[in-house]
Amino acid sequence: MQVFLKTILFLGGFFLIFQSCGEAAEPISTVFASPEKEAKINPTVKMVVIKGGEYQPFYGEDSSLVEVKDFLLDERPVTNAEYLDFVKKNPQWKRSKAKAIFADETYLQNWQDDETLPKGADPDAAVTFVSWFAAKAYAESAGKRLPTIDEWEYVAMADEESANGRDKPEYSSKLINLYNEKDRQTRKTKLSEPNYWGVYNMFDLVWEWTDDFNSIMTTSDTRSGTFDDKGLFCAAAATTSTDALNYASYMRYAFRASLKANFTVANLGFRCARDLKTTSK
Amino acid sequence: MKQILTSFALALLTLQACKQNSTEGSASTENAMDIKVSGETETQTKLNPPMVPAPIGDRAAKKVIVHLESTEEEGVLADGVTYKFWTFNSTVPGSFIRVRVGDEVELHLKNASNSVMPHNIDLHAVNGPGGGAEATNVAPGKTAIFNFKALNPGLYVYHCAAAPVPLHIANGMYGLILVEPAGGLPKVDREYYIMQGEFYTKGKTDEKGLQEFDQDKGVDENPTYVVFNGKKNALMGDKMLEAKVGETVRIFVGNGGPNLASSFHVIGEIFDRVYMEGGSKINENVQTTLIPAGGAAIVEFKVEVPGEYVIVDHSIFRAFNKGAIGKLKVTGEENQKVFHKVQ
Repeated sequence: MQVFLKTILFLGGFFLIFQSCGEAAEPISTVFASPEKEAKINPTVKMVVIKGGEYQPFYGEDSSLVEVKDFLLDERPVTNAEYLDFVKKNPQWKRSKAKAIFADETYLQNWQDDETLPKGADPDAAVTFVSWFAAKAYAESAGKRLPTIDEWEYVAMADEESANGRDKPEYSSKLINLYNEKDRQTRKTKLSEPNYWGVYNMFDLVWEWTDDFNSIMTTSDTRSGTFDDKGLFCAAAATTSTDALNYASYMRYAFRASLKANFTVANLGFRCARDLKTTSK
Repeated sequence: MKQILTSFALALLTLQACKQNSTEGSASTENAMDIKVSGETETQTKLNPPMVPAPIGDRAAKKVIVHLESTEEEGVLADGVTYKFWTFNSTVPGSFIRVRVGDEVELHLKNASNSVMPHNIDLHAVNGPGGGAEATNVAPGKTAIFNFKALNPGLYVYHCAAAPVPLHIANGMYGLILVEPAGGLPKVDREYYIMQGEFYTKGKTDEKGLQEFDQDKGVDENPTYVVFNGKKNALMGDKMLEAKVGETVRIFVGNGGPNLASSFHVIGEIFDRVYMEGGSKINENVQTTLIPAGGAAIVEFKVEVPGEYVIVDHSIFRAFNKGAIGKLKVTGEENQKVFHKVQ
């Protein structure tokens, strides 16, 4: 029932936006419409088939399982070299051209200029200082999309041996100490072990954008343990999270909650996903 | 008859006083809301603990800008032991914030660009959602700004409240904010800032090298270190607090936690006055004052004879084994009347 209400409110919100579009069409349409169609790029990154299933999200007011459908996920984050190719083919995403509403003032700030990677940067390291808009544009130009939080977290349950390593005591403690390590983003991708799915670098290099990174920030305003961002800041989190001791997950959710779509951050990158065409029937 | 009249008058007076007291108490925050700010905006100076900014005294309420930067940096936890601290302004505890009732505080929280984590601040001195935590949840390299009006006088804890909250506090993200009452606090000769905190490391107490956070010990409330001002011996040796015979000392004591309550005590001194729990009620002649996790107290005393006075959490194993110990060195003339050894 509550979900239904939320959906109505959400759709209602969009209706209002469109309504106001009618009256003051220009500024809002520039914000919401994709500014220019991206030119195609063809990154050669391998995509891995993730067999879907039901999973227990870390965060939520009830303990219902969420279904994740089969999908494809890049085996590693998007690299500097790949992003350079993207900006060359899509000049509107060069550092000097990107609009502030789509990428804040630190967008690609470590690059030497519009088409030169950061000094000493490894072309095979994950690209960082990219906004959600930029990541989304990149994914579209590659014929892909950003993974959802559920897809990302579903894959993040895996350790090297199993699809779900969350119950192992070392799973969280290992990640907490890993997350505490600085400047990991400068390392080359794919140097560490792949996980159960054959996916690399889910944790050890960068935080990653997800398509719906801010979806946990949309609801009510109390500390009563409802499904909202405030639960992350206080005791409510302990009652609403399905695994209160999974500190590593808290960290990822807190990180996502601190972002706005035009933010660019030194240790935040992304990887792409794609729907798997169903062949059955 | 005269007696009756006198007692009547006395009763009347008492009643009046009571009335005044109670109205003062209950109406204080409402009145504070109406206090207008005036004069030039002040930017708070950063001082490292155990130092605190100068007393406010009887200045009018004004706008005060406070800058805090959250950082993640390796530092010394004990001799030969290092730890990856998370801080406000690079110290544990973070910079002491000092304002008065009615002040409008503009708090700038910057998250260092090389931080890995998002951080925020929950000030217990704030009336408003999350004590400011939601308004300040800030990604690495970004700055959040929010305003609050200081309505309640007292000594309050602030801390990071980003998820997972216990980890941010266990890594050292806390400090104190003092909201002085109108007219200021009574004058003293010395003021110091001490904040207790616990650290949970994989290695045993005093095991050398860089120590990792131990989540299990945290959950079990079994700290490896209980320390004042962020490290073992932060108030020992040449870092001892100092005072001279005859001076009055005020210590702003906080407890960052995350788990333990502190039984704050100075060996060989009696607190002449304690602002209990950092609030407005004053207790007198106190040996040990209890400071809850996420709480504070102001203690005041006059030092009468010279010596080294040991400051402890009187849960005494912590003091002598895990680090909750410091010293106040008092210099000056002996006073045989107060203290002398006979044989």
